[in-house]
Amino acid sequence: MRTSFKFLILILSTSFLFVSCGNKGNNSNKSALNSSKAEKVYVAPGEHDSHYAFISGGYSGNLTVYGLPSGRMFKEIPVFSQFPTTGYGYSEETKPMLNTSFGQIPWDDSHHPDISQTNGVLDGRWIFINGNNTPRIARISLTTFETEEIIEVPNSAGNHSSSFITENTEYVVAGTRFSVPVPQVDVPINEYKGNFKGALSFIKVDKETGRMGIKFQILMPGFNYDLSHPGRDKSHGWFFFTTYNTEEASTLLEVNASQNDKDFIAAINWKKIEEYVDNGGGTKMPTNYAHNVYDEHTHTATSTMVKEVLTVNPADIPGAIYFLPTPKSPHGCDVDPTGEYIIGNGKLSADLTIHSFSKMLEAIENKKFDGEAYGIPILNYEDVLAGSVKSGGLGPLHTEFDGLGNAYTTFFISSEVVKWKIGTWEVIDRKPTYYSVGHLTIPGGNSRKPFGKYMFAMNKITKDRYLPTGPELEHSAQLYDISGDKMELLLDFPTHGEPHYAAAIPADIIKNNSKKFYRLDENKHPYAITSPADAKVVREGKDVHIYMSMIRSHFTPDNIEGVKVGDKVYFHITNHEQDFDVPHGFAMIGANNSELLIMPGQTKTLTWYPKKVGVWPFYCTDFCSALHQEMQGYIRVSPKNSDIKLSWSLDGE
Amino acid sequence: MRLQNVLMIMLITLFVSCGGGEKKDTSNNKKPAKKAAVKKTVTKTVATKKVKEEGIVDLNNKGIGPIKSVELTETIDKAMADKGAKVFKSKCSACHRTNRKFIGPNPTGILKRRSPEWVMNMILNPDEMVKNDPIAKELLMKFNGSPMANQNLSKEEARQVLEFFRTL
Ligand SMILES: [Cu+2]
Repeated sequence: MRTSFKFLILILSTSFLFVSCGNKGNNSNKSALNSSKAEKVYVAPGEHDSHYAFISGGYSGNLTVYGLPSGRMFKEIPVFSQFPTTGYGYSEETKPMLNTSFGQIPWDDSHHPDISQTNGVLDGRWIFINGNNTPRIARISLTTFETEEIIEVPNSAGNHSSSFITENTEYVVAGTRFSVPVPQVDVPINEYKGNFKGALSFIKVDKETGRMGIKFQILMPGFNYDLSHPGRDKSHGWFFFTTYNTEEASTLLEVNASQNDKDFIAAINWKKIEEYVDNGGGTKMPTNYAHNVYDEHTHTATSTMVKEVLTVNPADIPGAIYFLPTPKSPHGCDVDPTGEYIIGNGKLSADLTIHSFSKMLEAIENKKFDGEAYGIPILNYEDVLAGSVKSGGLGPLHTEFDGLGNAYTTFFISSEVVKWKIGTWEVIDRKPTYYSVGHLTIPGGNSRKPFGKYMFAMNKITKDRYLPTGPELEHSAQLYDISGDKMELLLDFPTHGEPHYAAAIPADIIKNNSKKFYRLDENKHPYAITSPADAKVVREGKDVHIYMSMIRSHFTPDNIEGVKVGDKVYFHITNHEQDFDVPHGFAMIGANNSELLIMPGQTKTLTWYPKKVGVWPFYCTDFCSALHQEMQGYIRVSPKNSDIKLSWSLDGE
Repeated sequence: MRLQNVLMIMLITLFVSCGGGEKKDTSNNKKPAKKAAVKKTVTKTVATKKVKEEGIVDLNNKGIGPIKSVELTETIDKAMADKGAKVFKSKCSACHRTNRKFIGPNPTGILKRRSPEWVMNMILNPDEMVKNDPIAKELLMKFNGSPMANQNLSKEEARQVLEFFRTL
C-alpha cells in the first residue's frame, strides 16, 4: 500500500513538473539542446556501446573497462593489485603474478595502458600497462581480459615513461622516471650528479604469443625520463622520451629541477641499437628480476627470477641518440600520426613546442650540434623546431590526434582542452574541463590511424560535479564529441582510482574475439577434475588437497570429514559450467585471504588453515540460480590428535 | 524431507490433472500408483532413489531448437555411444545419474518417454526449452527450479550422448 502511495505521489509530482516546464516557452530551446546531447550518449537497453575504453586505475593498480559513449563501467581487471572480488593475488594460481625481487608486492600505481598494433593500427590483441612504483610492465589478453604476464624492470625506479609500444608491437618500453645508482649501491645522495643513471628498457614482444623479454637497457644520463612516444610511419624505428631535471638535482626538485630554461627530448634510434645488440654489442650485467607468466590452459602463473640484463652505454653507439632542447620541463611527448611532428608540452610553459622529424634528420646529417651532454649530441633548438602553438593556456600536458590534421592538448593549470591545427599551429577551439585535467584519449589517437569521433579528458579533481560522498570523490572523465569543428561536452562519468591514461578502440575489433568460457576439455590445471566422479580428498602429511567441482547449484563433494586442526587445506575447485557468464564463487568461513570467483571451465585454488574444532560451512558467493542459496557444504574439523578417517560425500554417494 | 514429500504430492497431483487428458498410453496409469508407493518409504531409507522416475511421456514433441529430425540406426553404434559416455561423464554427470533421479532426471529409458529430437534440443538449447517447451517447463518446476545448464555441446557431441542414452 505504502509503495503504491509513493508511486502515486511520484506520478503527480512528475506531471506537475512536466506541466510547469512546458509552460515556460523560454526553456524549450535549452531542453532540446540537452536532449540531443543525451541521445548522443544514450545506449538503449540491450544495445552495445560502439567503443571500449581501457582506463588505468592509477593507484588502484588495476585497469577498468568502460563503454563509450555511455560511460558505463563493465569490468575492473586486476593487474598489479590483489583483488578480493575474484581472488586475484590471493589464489594459489595468481599469487606468483605479484612476485618481484622484493617478494610479493600486492599493489602498484598503474599508469599508461597501450593497445597492441600492427602496421601502426590498433589490432586489439593485448593491452600493456606499467606499474610505476615497483617498476613492472603487464600484458593483458583482450580475449580473456585477464593479466597474462608481468615483467619486473631492473635498474629502474618510478617506471613512468612507459608502457608505450612501437607500431608493430616489436617493443614495449619502460623508461625510468627517477634515476638511481646502477647497479644499486650505498652512496651519499648528494653524490647524485654524474653517478646516477636513467635506464630505458626495451622489452621485446613475441609476435605470436605476446611473451615479453627485456632485450636491452640503455643506461642514460641521470635525468628524469618523464613520458615517451614511439615514432610512427616515417619516424618508425625511433623512440622519443621527455626529460626533466637535466640539472641532476637530488633535493627540492620543485625548485632545483626548474633551473634550466630548456630540458631535452631524447631521440633514440632503437633500430640502430637493436642492430648493435644483435651483433653482440652491449654488456651483460648481473641482476635479479621477476618474470611472471599466466598460462590460460593451466589457469596457473609461474614466477621465474632472471639473473642477467643486457645494458647499453650510449657512448658506445655513436649516432643512435640525440637530445632535442625543449622548453620548459616538458611532460607529454607525442608524435602525430604521420610521424613528422614530435610535440613537447612544457608543463611550466604556455606554449607547445613542435619538433620536426625531417629537420632533425637533416641537422644530424649536417652534424649541426650545439654541444653534448655525457657524450650525447645536442641539436640546435632552432634547427629542429617546426613551430609552436601560442595557446594562452597554462600547463600543457598531453596531446592526441584525430587523424584529420588536428591535435588536442590538455592544460592542467587552466583546466581546458585546446584543439589546434597541425602545420599552421593555430588554435581552433578550446573547452573547459572540470577540473585539473591530466591525459586525454581519442580512440587510436596515439597511433598511425586515429578513429576520431570521441575524445575524453581525465580529471584529477571532481569537486562539485557529482553528489558528495564525504571528503573524497572518485575521479572523473568527460566525454566530448569531436566530429564537428567545435568540441562538444557530452557526458561526465566517474572513474575508479586515478584515471591516469586510457586507450580506446572501436568495439568491433575486440568483441568478436572475446572468450565466453574456458573449455573444460582444454583445462590443463594439474588439480582440475573434469568429471565430478573424479572428486576426491587426498592427505599428504598435514596438507589436505580437496579436488572439488561446482555446477548450478551444488559442490561435489559437499560433506568432508577427517580434516584436523593444524592441517593446511587446499580447495582445488573446477567450475563445470560451459556457458557464458556463469561463474560460481567459493567462500570459506575464517579463511585468511579471500573468496574465489571461478569462471566457467576454470580451476582455482584457495588455501585455508582450519584453526577451530567444529563443523564449518562454505558456500557459493555468486547468485547462480534459483537454488543459489542451497549451494553450500560443510567441513568437519576434528582435534589434532583425532583418528577420524578422511571421507567425503555428496548426497550419501 | 517432509517438505519434499508435500511438494512431491503436489507435483503428482499436478501431473495427474495435466497428463490425464492428453496421453493415450495405458502405462500412464501406473505411474501415480508407483510414485505413491515411493512416498511411503521416502522418510525411512535411501533405497527410494533406485526407483525409476518415469515422468511425462510424449514421443511426438520434438522440442525447440536446432534439431529437426534424427535418424536412429537399427542397432546401437557402439563407438559413438562410447564417445557419448565420455561427454556425459564430463559435462552432464554433475546433475544426472544413470541409476536414479538426481539434480536432474535420470536419462535411463529416456527414448521411451521423449523423441530423440527433444532430447538433443534439450541438451543444445535448454534456455529456450525451459521457457517455451511444455515438457521442459514442467520439468523445471518438478526439479525445484534447478535449470538445465547449457554445457555448449556441439551437435555431434549431443548426438553421441543420445547414442549413449540408447545403451542405458
Ligand atoms: Cu553458485
